Amino acid sequence: MTPQVAATVRAVAVPARARKTTAKPLLDPESRAWLRALQSDGGEREEAVERLHELLLKAARFEVRRRSALMPHLRGDSVDEIAEESASDAIVSVLAKLDDFRGESRFTTWAYKFGILEAAVKLRRRAWQGREIPIEPELWSLEPDTHLAPDAQAAQSELLEEVRRGIEQALTPHQRRVLVAVALNDVPIDVLAERLGSNRNALYKTLHDARAKLRAHLAEHGLADRLAVEGGTS
Amino acid sequence: MSDRLQKLLGPSGPEVSCETCFAELDRYVELEVADPAKAEQAVPGMRAHLEGCPACGEEHDTLLELVKTDRA
Repeated sequence: MTPQVAATVRAVAVPARARKTTAKPLLDPESRAWLRALQSDGGEREEAVERLHELLLKAARFEVRRRSALMPHLRGDSVDEIAEESASDAIVSVLAKLDDFRGESRFTTWAYKFGILEAAVKLRRRAWQGREIPIEPELWSLEPDTHLAPDAQAAQSELLEEVRRGIEQALTPHQRRVLVAVALNDVPIDVLAERLGSNRNALYKTLHDARAKLRAHLAEHGLADRLAVEGGTS
Repeated sequence: MSDRLQKLLGPSGPEVSCETCFAELDRYVELEVADPAKAEQAVPGMRAHLEGCPACGEEHDTLLELVKTDRA
């Protein structure tokens, strides 16, 4: 842990309710020990914070290693740097949200998710750094599978044409931009959220509403059954 | 093509939000390790969300893998 992070961690006050050790009857002994140490004062807390940092670094490294195989341009030092930064950001979140830990999982599993989230978001942003985001409606296309028999290909073309019409006619411009970027151009939702000044939760709601409208449009045009054939109903 | 359509249309059933997904992720993953059917029962709409949201889905996969590695 860098001195700057250590200073930040010291500045994160233990939430008042947590200090009173809110009753959490489901806590296993290891999780209870983590909470007690992190909510204590002095040396015991400092030692627990060090261990927490190691735990979060492990989670961040795990995520970075999984994803870096798909990001060959990431150098070794960048990988380490992302993991370190992620662990440092995650420890601040974990300490600030200690009181949210309900004891419905092990403390380590609860803490891991913060390290993984930080690393995943940083990796996605790094992958799209300096890249223009294709969000304009004209930048997308839907082509039928070429390996299909002629009649199946014709049926798929009809479905795709209606999907295209649905995207153009049934959605608001914002819904269209989000759907095209995320579902057709594979722009990560938190990268798009950052560029649009929004957040993942709000954009996913937009995506969800756009998908519902598109499904309704296809159903109105008698294509609901066709979706089952194309695998779009799970 | 089916994969692209799947991404466009998303899950057809009810699903949780990204916020709820993050709040429940640790509990869901531990239940999944023990019994996947119980996980979906405990958090209805979670599986659909993980299929519909690539970001939450990736983070779930990593946490599941990490917890399994710890317990191996």
